[in-house]
Amino acid sequence: MTIAEHIAAVAGGASVRERAEAALDRVGDDPHRAFLSLDRDWILADAEQLDARLAAGESLPLAGAPIAIKDNLCQRGTRTTCGSRLLEDWVAPYDATVVERLRAAGALLFGKTNLDEFAMGSSTENSAFGPTSNPRDPSRVPGGSSGGSAATVAAGHVAASLGSDTGGSVRQPAAYCGVHALKPTYGRVSRRGLVAFASSLDQVGPFGATVADIAQVYDVIAGPDAGDATSADQPAPSAMEVLGAGVAGLRIGVVRSCLEQADAPVAAAVEGAAERLESAGATLVDVGVEHLDLALSAYYLIAPAEAASNLSRFDGARYGLRVEGRDLAETYRATRARFGREVIRRIVLGTYALSEGYADEAYVRASRARTAICRAFDSVFEGVDLLLLPTAPTVAFALGEKTDDPVAMYAADVFTVPASLAGLPASSSPVGEVDGLPVGAQLIGRRFEDTTLVRAMEVLSS
Amino acid sequence: MSALEPVIGLEVHAQLATRTKLFCGCETRYGAPPNTQVCPICLGYPGALPVPNEQAIELAVRAGLALGCTIGRASRFDRKSYFYPDLPKGYQISQLDLPINEGGELRVGERVIGLERAHLEEDAAKSQHVGSQTRVDFNRGGVPLLEIVSKPELRSPAEAEAYLRELRLVLMTIGVNDGNLEEGSFRCDANISLRPVGSETFGTRVEIKNVNSFRFVRLALEAEIARQKVVLGSGGTVERETRSWDESSQKTVAMRGKEAAADYRYFPDPDLPAIALTDAQVEAWRDAMPELPAARHRRWLDAGLTDYDAGVLGQHPATAAYFDAVCAASAMSAKKVANFIQSEVLGHIATDGLDATLPVPADALAELLDLLDADTIHGQAAKKVFGLMVEEGLGAKALVQREGLAQETDEGAIEASVRAVLEAHPDQVAQYREGKTKMIGFFVGQVMKASKGKANPKAVKAIAERLLEPN
Ligand SMILES: [Zn+2]
Repeated sequence: MTIAEHIAAVAGGASVRERAEAALDRVGDDPHRAFLSLDRDWILADAEQLDARLAAGESLPLAGAPIAIKDNLCQRGTRTTCGSRLLEDWVAPYDATVVERLRAAGALLFGKTNLDEFAMGSSTENSAFGPTSNPRDPSRVPGGSSGGSAATVAAGHVAASLGSDTGGSVRQPAAYCGVHALKPTYGRVSRRGLVAFASSLDQVGPFGATVADIAQVYDVIAGPDAGDATSADQPAPSAMEVLGAGVAGLRIGVVRSCLEQADAPVAAAVEGAAERLESAGATLVDVGVEHLDLALSAYYLIAPAEAASNLSRFDGARYGLRVEGRDLAETYRATRARFGREVIRRIVLGTYALSEGYADEAYVRASRARTAICRAFDSVFEGVDLLLLPTAPTVAFALGEKTDDPVAMYAADVFTVPASLAGLPASSSPVGEVDGLPVGAQLIGRRFEDTTLVRAMEVLSS
Repeated sequence: MSALEPVIGLEVHAQLATRTKLFCGCETRYGAPPNTQVCPICLGYPGALPVPNEQAIELAVRAGLALGCTIGRASRFDRKSYFYPDLPKGYQISQLDLPINEGGELRVGERVIGLERAHLEEDAAKSQHVGSQTRVDFNRGGVPLLEIVSKPELRSPAEAEAYLRELRLVLMTIGVNDGNLEEGSFRCDANISLRPVGSETFGTRVEIKNVNSFRFVRLALEAEIARQKVVLGSGGTVERETRSWDESSQKTVAMRGKEAAADYRYFPDPDLPAIALTDAQVEAWRDAMPELPAARHRRWLDAGLTDYDAGVLGQHPATAAYFDAVCAASAMSAKKVANFIQSEVLGHIATDGLDATLPVPADALAELLDLLDADTIHGQAAKKVFGLMVEEGLGAKALVQREGLAQETDEGAIEASVRAVLEAHPDQVAQYREGKTKMIGFFVGQVMKASKGKANPKAVKAIAERLLEPN
């Protein structure tokens, strides 16, 4: 069920309410545990309001299409837990800019989806409220951290959802679940109301059952926001307008080193994707991107450093969980001890990375590596319009397989963190299967050329 | 032991006179009920993002220009991390490596004191300890501050006091700070160490925190110098520590519970891009810079004011501007205007921060002073008219006419009055003519009395002298 089909149905006389009921029925008892909150009464009340707005003649581009929201995006009046005990009962007092824009465009906000705690993880197993399973194989992880948003689209509950991507958190779960996802250029979509993990890397992005669904949501959420100082001060070109434009004439660089690093069947599926792009008129070239080997370690210093700082506000003093201690210091300690293991690991790592005497070796060096990676991408993009590589080295792994091995878990992000560090737009599209499990191909584009990605994503999906 | 000299550096936190906070739209107004000027941003709510206040950046740059700083063209915000209830995000947004203003100087009397920097940062909230509870008012959290750090170039407590007064005056004159010490708009921490005269190295420095008046800064420094001299004189060493001023004992006391060496884990705030300033913007602000207190002081001395007059009139930008406006609108000499304002007007001027309530507009006062200057009225009448202007809000000319205070300038009429007085006092006339010329005062007084003060005393004197000349 795509957004376009939904719009056609509503135009044909169906009510948003009846369609919302159908979507809720599809979710049923949420067998994949994709949702952290899904309040039937609220959703139906919202649906009725949308019906009233439509009846009043209001033009609503999304016409009440149900869109699920990752639970680290603030939605006024609903719990926004970030998958954490610390925010288990916290009700957001305001809408994130992206949520505001979806509302204004007439989306039906359809529940809050599960995630790794504070978006830290690659499997959604770090959620304090239990993992989400992969609809394609319930014994497998859906990827992460936006696992719930990917799973609900893959399960066919909704046409689209929002996730957030810091080091691959929309692309990798899209690959594991077999759906489309786009991480826009850093600054293209407002971060206001996205509970920060690593501010210089976080970016909100859509999941879609089809590329048109992605484009439709992208057009609503992208563009400048005065409420986010890092938001790019230039209008976002429409993704809907490039649908059907094809890839003829585009030069696409295949990042050979990444294909070699991936599992052979994954690499083969990505090769197949390259051929499809070529037969659609794109020119393929093999390319190497310098310093990619530095990306994972740079990412795992910069992201935790920013995270440690961003998460210092959760002290139990003003909102969220508060565990009383004998004095202030103990209250801080007791409250913050309720973070999950992975979050604590990253806070410790990040604090260390910024500490006097270590920062030069850790944070500062990682920042230099980041600059080198940015330059390397710049120089590669002088010769090509897009890069093609696997989204992840493997297909979805089994639940529990990597929970005791954080380094193996981090390695699942090896192909996605480079674009995050460089702030470049990147996507994942399903391009094949290995033993019934989906394989994702990643595209990386030039800064602010998000719509070029959409053109190639569409070709890959045809 | 050789003689010791104090080495003093000052850190001033000056609140920028903006309407709203540094990173959100909350008002900065002082005195509102606790936690009424707050929002998700200044409370550090999840997902909230800071958006820099352009007015704060402009005020910071204008302060930098007035202090001769180098204005950073790509200055940056950094996060300074520590846990405390008054810091809702667990970090304060400040500036470390790339401050908005670097270097600079402030002239204090004959000395020029160098500045390290003047950077932007957000204020912390205000915590209040009530019994075992800590209550926090976040109204102040996020208010824009300019931290102005002097080089350790001050050499006496009196000089430190003078530096603070001059800095406050400069910031008030350019409208960057309201100078309100009671409301905490201008706060000072002092660093002090002692070293042998002639030494180039520094001794162990002690920081004296949050002294809330300029006089107390001087007293605290004097007390601290005395304390350190005793410590060093008895062969001891000065501890590096933070102390506070205790008014009742007139001593500095060690503050308890301060961490040894804090690691603030500074790093660039990823929520805030570099502050982009164009040369054109900076130059426009430079061109719009008003005359600074030191230049104004010199100009007034050149115009004939005494150092004392200039100091009194220059102590608040509103009185200074008022004085200049009256001078511009009046033909009277600056010195005479200064005298009249000091003796009659200053007592009626009420100031509140940068605002001032003026008793009468400058051009209205100029109208009165011109009547005085042209001898249309005399000094006593001018004082009376000024009082009526304040009370009734009417113009000087109208009041002079209504009260009949204009001096008699008709020579014929004055001569008739003088003749009448001379005829009535033949003995005194005889005495005058015998050489007691001081009697002239008597005749003038009699004529003035007869005219009910309206006759022009100069004209009366001239006519009387002529008529008293031996025929
Ligand atoms: Zn606020």
